[in-house]
Amino acid sequence: MKQINWFFGRFNLWLVTIALGCFILAAPIGLVFFSVFFPQTEIWQHLYSTVLTDYIVNSLVLAFGVGVIVIVIGTVLAWCIARYEFAGRKQLQWLILLPMAMPAYIIAYTYTGLLDFAGPIQTLLRETFNWQYGDYYFPEVRSLPGAIIMLSLVLYPYVYMLARTAFSEQPASLEEVSRSLGVSSRQHLIKVVLPLARPAILMGAALAMMEAFADYGTVQYFGLSTFTTGIFRTWFGLGNGLAAAQLAAMLTSFVVLLLILEFLSRRKIRYYFQGQKAQQVTRQKLTGRKTFWVPFMCVIPVFLGFILPVLQLFLWALKTYSKQVTSEFWLLLWNSFYLAAIAAVTAVMLALLFAYGKRLNPIKPIRILVGIVNLGYAIPGTVIAIGAMISLSWIDIKVNLFTETWFDFSVGLVFSGSLFALILVYSSRFLAVAMHNVDTGLARVKPSMDDAARSLGYKPLQILRSIHVPLMKTSVLSALLLVFVDVLKELPATLILRPFNFNTLAVKAFELASDERLMDAALPALAIVSVGILPVILLTMLMDRPNQLSSPVK
Amino acid sequence: MKKIITCMFIIVSLLPPLVMAEQVNLYSARKEALIKPLLDKFTQQTGISVNLVTGNADNLITRLKSEGKYSPADLLLTTDVGRLYRAKQQGLTQEIAETEAISKLPNNFRDEQGHWLGLSLRARPLMVSAERVNGQSITKLEDLTAPEWKGRICIRSSSNIYNQSMVASLIAQQGESATEEWVNGLVKNFARPPQGGDRDQIKAVASGLCDVAIANTYYLAGMLSSEDETTKQQGKKVKVVWPNQGDRGAHINISGVALAKNAPNKVAAVKLIEFLLSDESQMWYAKTNHEYPVLAAIPWSDLLQSFGTFKTEQVPLGKLGELNSAAVQMMDRAGWK
Repeated sequence: MKQINWFFGRFNLWLVTIALGCFILAAPIGLVFFSVFFPQTEIWQHLYSTVLTDYIVNSLVLAFGVGVIVIVIGTVLAWCIARYEFAGRKQLQWLILLPMAMPAYIIAYTYTGLLDFAGPIQTLLRETFNWQYGDYYFPEVRSLPGAIIMLSLVLYPYVYMLARTAFSEQPASLEEVSRSLGVSSRQHLIKVVLPLARPAILMGAALAMMEAFADYGTVQYFGLSTFTTGIFRTWFGLGNGLAAAQLAAMLTSFVVLLLILEFLSRRKIRYYFQGQKAQQVTRQKLTGRKTFWVPFMCVIPVFLGFILPVLQLFLWALKTYSKQVTSEFWLLLWNSFYLAAIAAVTAVMLALLFAYGKRLNPIKPIRILVGIVNLGYAIPGTVIAIGAMISLSWIDIKVNLFTETWFDFSVGLVFSGSLFALILVYSSRFLAVAMHNVDTGLARVKPSMDDAARSLGYKPLQILRSIHVPLMKTSVLSALLLVFVDVLKELPATLILRPFNFNTLAVKAFELASDERLMDAALPALAIVSVGILPVILLTMLMDRPNQLSSPVK
Repeated sequence: MKKIITCMFIIVSLLPPLVMAEQVNLYSARKEALIKPLLDKFTQQTGISVNLVTGNADNLITRLKSEGKYSPADLLLTTDVGRLYRAKQQGLTQEIAETEAISKLPNNFRDEQGHWLGLSLRARPLMVSAERVNGQSITKLEDLTAPEWKGRICIRSSSNIYNQSMVASLIAQQGESATEEWVNGLVKNFARPPQGGDRDQIKAVASGLCDVAIANTYYLAGMLSSEDETTKQQGKKVKVVWPNQGDRGAHINISGVALAKNAPNKVAAVKLIEFLLSDESQMWYAKTNHEYPVLAAIPWSDLLQSFGTFKTEQVPLGKLGELNSAAVQMMDRAGWK
């Protein structure tokens, strides 16, 4: 009886809407897991006895390697920017974010071009010292450590953004208390500051690790055997789509584990925006030698993750731009831009819907549903895209059968053959990014505000519009911008699902680069980076606003 | 106002391509840059417009399959015969009616039932360092497993379809066990774990990291005709050696086209196939991407001639697709990354 009551008591529009939204978004992911019911014993035996260990070990090393490095770089940078005052700090705080605009596969291409055995640097070394192959040691770019560094260089801003907000939000009173109790500033850092910032730092690292798990472009180019390359090898090479989907399901399980760990790490710590502004820590002015090496240290990641590769791309583009800047190029630019914009708006609207539904009805079914949709971020774009293609084509065929039966007319592939498919996949893949932002924004709005508004007769939607949105403007905007940048860089799903005669910058850059025409790929790559920079700069301006009510979360 | 404009864009972009008088829909695994100019020429000549979507061959096959009878695709273009075979196996293709242009094709470059045919020829010979390797010292792929080549061979990952087809072709001709032995021996002689693309292997030979590479000729040709002086010089340090000229011939593959089973514009599609087999198009392939023409009567470009003529393998190309999975498993076992 109690259960029936529970069911009907909670049976409301929110649950239905959210369940429906989740169902649509999670269908492609669900298809991947569904494959588990069709065991492929023979192939798995083959995989197990040959390459599976490689896949697992390499993927884990890659993800955790990236996790550790982004935590170090991101936290150190955040600490310097949030707590010290030095020349160039203002410029640095947005420069540091720029690598976010750089797709990992592009940074991998440029560094390989530079540092490869046949590249300019090693050739110069050989010519200068008259060395031959084997006479000297030079780190190999196309290796697992190489991939870890490439990915870390573009992923550290995730940790930086979160850690920075966490550091600058800690009230000055904490430090005063520490000092009055005789705690040294080093101990204060270890015992107070870092533990308080830990959830933020770990969340950033988790996102970076999810990206590392899902990365395909870099590992494929470096010839590494990871889960993502294994999925394609199994699917294309061995011609077994089901086993490939099962590998993808296994990869996703790793990510679920990661998310659970992340969730556990911050479960205990939950705080709401205090309402009144706490006294913020004043930044310490640097003196002595530190005035030189702190800015210098902060510049290194930006230099390696952005300035150097962009310079290289620029030099390449200079050689080829004359034959590439045509009307077609502007069309590519426009396509990329508006596709990313539409996807960003859609994803953020959905995120708002889910986050708000979850808040209004904090019941298990909703929490679980929302959790499932968040998984999309970690699944390689190709896998979601294929899932979407299969499910949408199925719907299309049904729709056509229906219209043929009743109206003697077929409408064609309205879902799978149009941009609808792409928007769906982007939403399903990047919802996690939007959700993280909107969620943290929402979490800072005290629940008592809701109660007060409800008691004054506001309807839930009115509360969302007139209280939450204004309060969370920054979070919502940063969610928009982050999804925008992500979609701009997104490659595999775009490649698979785009309609006839529709190309984007990422597709163009990839086609040329995968044809081993790196120089020709430089211009579209540079264009992706430039379009991506705009939102990143906007984002920094948002982060820097005084009285910000919430912070962007990647 | 902004909202209205945005809405209009969304609506317009969501609409399927407008129905035009005559058109062909093409799913192409050949990159846009390497097919679009030809298609534009076709449209100019015939007035038939061509809608193009490019992508990975297997993704396109999956798309074709899941769209079923409502698929708009007329033609599937791939850069490897194995994929054409796979599309046919999955029942996604139909017979291309033989016309005069098509009948000129050698039998080897056509499916037995006429479901697919070749459009250009790609050869995968040995490329050796002109300075350090005597062209006479190596005449067969089998030579590569000898101990003297230890640590001197560069080749890309076995995830790459060209290597998969090459091994599949060997299985077809030499049998499983001989090929397995060869693959194991080859892997033992690698100079480094496989990485990068074909061009990277050529560059590695040019700069002394290894002495012999296996790569498709058009990559070398692309380097030799590059606008970048360094790349060009690297290409010049490498020499093509055609393997197995005394016996079975050098490994080849084709880029080709299949007619989709539910092609809505069959007549126009066949016209496009004929156009792609015309002298003009065949020469364009040779000139733009340095691939060999499939028709014997077409003259080769100077660059292609400079690589020399060669005897090709005679294995039915469909076999390559059939044995692809066996080849991949074999390379997995040998530890060929």
